[in-house]
Amino acid sequence: MSTRNRPLSPHIQIYKMPFTAVLSITHRATGVALAVGTAVLAYWLASAAYGPDAYEQASRVLGSVVGRLVLFGWTAALFYHLCNGVRHLFWDMGKGYGIAEADKSGRIVVASAAVLTLLAWIIA
Amino acid sequence: MVEFALPANSRVQPGKVHKAAGAKRVKVFKIYRYDPDSGANPRLDSYEVDLDNCGPMVLDALLKIKNEIDSTLTFRRSCREGICGSCAMNIDGTNTLACLKPIEDIKGEAAVYPLPHMPVVKDLIPDLSLPYAQLASIKPWMQTQSPTPPDGERLQSPEEREKLDGLWECILCFCCQTSCPSYWWNGDRYLGPSVLLQAARWILDTRDEMTGERLDALEDPFKLYRCHTIMNCTKTCPKGLNPAKAIGAIKEKMIERRL
Repeated sequence: MSTRNRPLSPHIQIYKMPFTAVLSITHRATGVALAVGTAVLAYWLASAAYGPDAYEQASRVLGSVVGRLVLFGWTAALFYHLCNGVRHLFWDMGKGYGIAEADKSGRIVVASAAVLTLLAWIIA
Repeated sequence: MVEFALPANSRVQPGKVHKAAGAKRVKVFKIYRYDPDSGANPRLDSYEVDLDNCGPMVLDALLKIKNEIDSTLTFRRSCREGICGSCAMNIDGTNTLACLKPIEDIKGEAAVYPLPHMPVVKDLIPDLSLPYAQLASIKPWMQTQSPTPPDGERLQSPEEREKLDGLWECILCFCCQTSCPSYWWNGDRYLGPSVLLQAARWILDTRDEMTGERLDALEDPFKLYRCHTIMNCTKTCPKGLNPAKAIGAIKEKMIERRL
């Protein structure tokens, strides 16, 4: 009997991901989004260095409905990644590994990220 | 490497339906089947089980199916009381021991799969060679250099002994190991939660005298540090242990010795 052709058992297709796992993959996704968003930030800064016309155009692009949506997503990603990063620092200090604690800190992260994002848009 | 889709030979096909005639309280079990001799892809068979005539746990239902409905159903089991770790499998989307999982905790149809992302030998039996080899690699035994005290054993204070609580109880069922997405994608290089919990069990043992060597062996971008605190391991452990915390303890030891 060949052992090399053994099938691989189903994994992500069947696993019910707990809350902590959803937050974890969100942390990864927001990290990627922030890396891409850095290019947008660089474009905005570069336009300011290039001259008033370029800056005017960049402001128009980023000020459009789509541009504002992208910026809103970027701030949400930033604050989520920041808050969850702080959660990771607590873990690195050996704190908060219990199931109830990890669920609670996760809810705090989601709530704080939402509040900070809204605050940033209300103030700005 | 991250590969979300199953390989062509692993995709699960619809299977047979086994009806329970005359039963009043019926529970449907959808069970992963793979027959290595047929050459066919795995399939999902449905079994209707009469709960009025069945024990309370998922393992009771599996035994009833094997005894009364389909003797070809294959799975590992031994102690039926959560101490041997043989009947570890994925039930209702989470890894657990079939003998400790009450049927009534499952809403609707009960899906039963082998431990995730493992090569399947037959039906619910995964090939566990990789985690066993990884366990051997961390040298899960006491290592000492000083001679044994002439008048008896190596003693520990109650406080020193307490450090092993939550670690020694592990039965190596590999529920946590195979619940970890990091282990799914990097199982060839990342040691995984259950093996790292075993590593912590020896690193934190005050009688062991090879702590430095043990930490050296884990100082690697993959073996230890692929843990991203996803916490699937701790959530799924049927013994209520905390592999994520044990891994955190190893990371702390790594930092401590640099200061």
